Amino acid sequence: MTTGQHYIILGGVLAALLTIAPGLIWLERRLLALWQDRYGPNRAGPFGVLIVLADTIKLFFKEDWVPPFADRKVFIIAPAIVAITVLMSFVIVPFAPGVIVVDLNIGILFFLAMSSMGAYSIILGGWASNNKYALLGAMRGAAQMISYEVFMGLSLMGVVLLTGSFSLVDIVEAQRGMWFVVPQFAGFITFLIAGIAETHRLPFDIPEAESELIAGFHAEYSGMKFGMFFVGEYLGITLISSLVVCLFFGGWLGPAFLPPLAWFALKTFAFIMLFILLRASLPRPRYDQLMAFGWKVLLPVTLLNLLITAAIKLT
Amino acid sequence: MLSILRTLWLTFLHMFHKRETILYPEEKPKLPARWRGRIVLTRDPDNGERCVACYLCAAACPVDCIALQATEDETGRRYPEFFRINFSRCIFCGYCEEACPTYAIQLIPDFEMAEYNRQNLVYEKEDLLINGQGKYPGYNYYKVAGIAIGGKDKGQAERESPPVDVRSLIP
Amino acid sequence: MNTDLLIFFTSGAVAIVATILVITQYNMIHALLYLIVSFLALAVVFYVLGAPFAAALEVIVYAGAIVVLIIFVIMMLNLKKDAEEQEKSWLTPSVWIGPGILCAILMAEILYVLLAGGFEGNATQAVGAREVGRSLYGPYLIAVELSGLLLMAGTIGAYHLGRQRRKVIHRFLEMTDE
Repeated sequence: MTTGQHYIILGGVLAALLTIAPGLIWLERRLLALWQDRYGPNRAGPFGVLIVLADTIKLFFKEDWVPPFADRKVFIIAPAIVAITVLMSFVIVPFAPGVIVVDLNIGILFFLAMSSMGAYSIILGGWASNNKYALLGAMRGAAQMISYEVFMGLSLMGVVLLTGSFSLVDIVEAQRGMWFVVPQFAGFITFLIAGIAETHRLPFDIPEAESELIAGFHAEYSGMKFGMFFVGEYLGITLISSLVVCLFFGGWLGPAFLPPLAWFALKTFAFIMLFILLRASLPRPRYDQLMAFGWKVLLPVTLLNLLITAAIKLT
Repeated sequence: MLSILRTLWLTFLHMFHKRETILYPEEKPKLPARWRGRIVLTRDPDNGERCVACYLCAAACPVDCIALQATEDETGRRYPEFFRINFSRCIFCGYCEEACPTYAIQLIPDFEMAEYNRQNLVYEKEDLLINGQGKYPGYNYYKVAGIAIGGKDKGQAERESPPVDVRSLIP
Repeated sequence: MNTDLLIFFTSGAVAIVATILVITQYNMIHALLYLIVSFLALAVVFYVLGAPFAAALEVIVYAGAIVVLIIFVIMMLNLKKDAEEQEKSWLTPSVWIGPGILCAILMAEILYVLLAGGFEGNATQAVGAREVGRSLYGPYLIAVELSGLLLMAGTIGAYHLGRQRRKVIHRFLEMTDE
């Protein structure tokens, strides 16, 4: 691959992601409305698509308020961390054969590293706000993300065992015969649950928890700083969906009547829909229920899955 | 676990349900007849003002948004000299309608009264008075009340006997 | 090769500066932020030296998990301005001059080694996950087992310390429920 092609791919991925993130906001509002027998935004532009533009303009022109009691430097850094780490994680995602920013040989580990760095945005944002609700949200977020990272990493190891490589391109190529969702069903379920918890999406949104902590860790944020958290969340959904597709649903592989990129986009979109459906239907568990579920159910399941996979692989 | 999947499926099925939203400006909502909206002053069947300026509505109003001044015409019939409702204060509770002894003040099913200028929300008598009887057609206060006004003396109201002459000896 | 060297030296310098700032910051959270930066710089150093697996683990384990836990504890302690004052009073020149001189000697040694041409450039081979696994479960098996035992003991101890006894609050039935 020449340097020129490489830059084109880099720019294309970045542009696509930054368009997808606000687009998802519109999509989520429309789909939630659909599942709640409403219409959702339908005034601005065709099907209300331009609501995204209106929202973005609104966010940009809002007062960028830093509370006087906040820790100014940390307060400003925190929202940048979430966007940076999620965007960095997309570096290793193969969208189609050859369409990947860098095919790192530690691919999945890089993703895990970046997602563990993403936890800082919640913790630092909540701490720097110097507000009790934000701090409570940050503590919940820290505990949730650290614990679910463990299962996330372990649930991926089954796939890594079957492939013998951390690189996502190798993993996708290894699924030519059969998608890994079949032999690694437990791994898929645990990864999906851990992924939802890691992006703190709705069934597991206890760091935000509007009804208890007003908005949790980003209670004090406004304007584009809040927008960063917002965009980071939607990019996180896209990231987890595309990773699920790459790891368990054969990535770009599919019958030949569609190009590989289209297959990838289609599968990812299906998982994004699943994320939104989860938000539309499930209530939020209590904090201790979440932790108990993680440590008492998910951890044994992932360990057992890993053990059985290793045993079968050895024989 | 199964219940979670069932919840997901049931929510998904809502995709095919009818949407409950009424797209307002294109599609008007159906308001019931007793909906409490814009306040009007009605007239009796003879096209005279029903309001007798008794101040009961102003007294009943919890937010004090009604102002009026009573006066009398040459025949002794009371009517408000001015009648002013500040709709930026009004909470549409309907207490004025309940307090009104002559069915003059009524709340009608109309809510489209938004204004850009707040001063335009102060309605004067000419804005409030309508050429109609509102919810109680056929009711005419002066026809059933025992008060004497021009063109109608005591005892000439509907179902009213002439007043007793206390000086006569006939029982 | 030259860009590799450049990356190595810049990330090394970042690591050193960040670590110095960790020590000199009065605010605990700011110090920990610099600690994260220092870990990330170290990870880059590992990567450039040809150990991507170690680099990833450095970020996941140290920067990702352990510092988060430390921040977690510090958030709970709710340190205020007086803690910063205390830190300021502790960090006097008489305290840091000794370690500073020792570190300077080490730094001089390293500089001498590097300038004398002792630097081998890049590592000869990349140390991936496979090599790390083989060496951990080959020659270093006993060390791995021992650290596993230690961690197990730690886990059991933490469980014991964190266990809550349910108390039955009643005049006649006051006893602890195991």
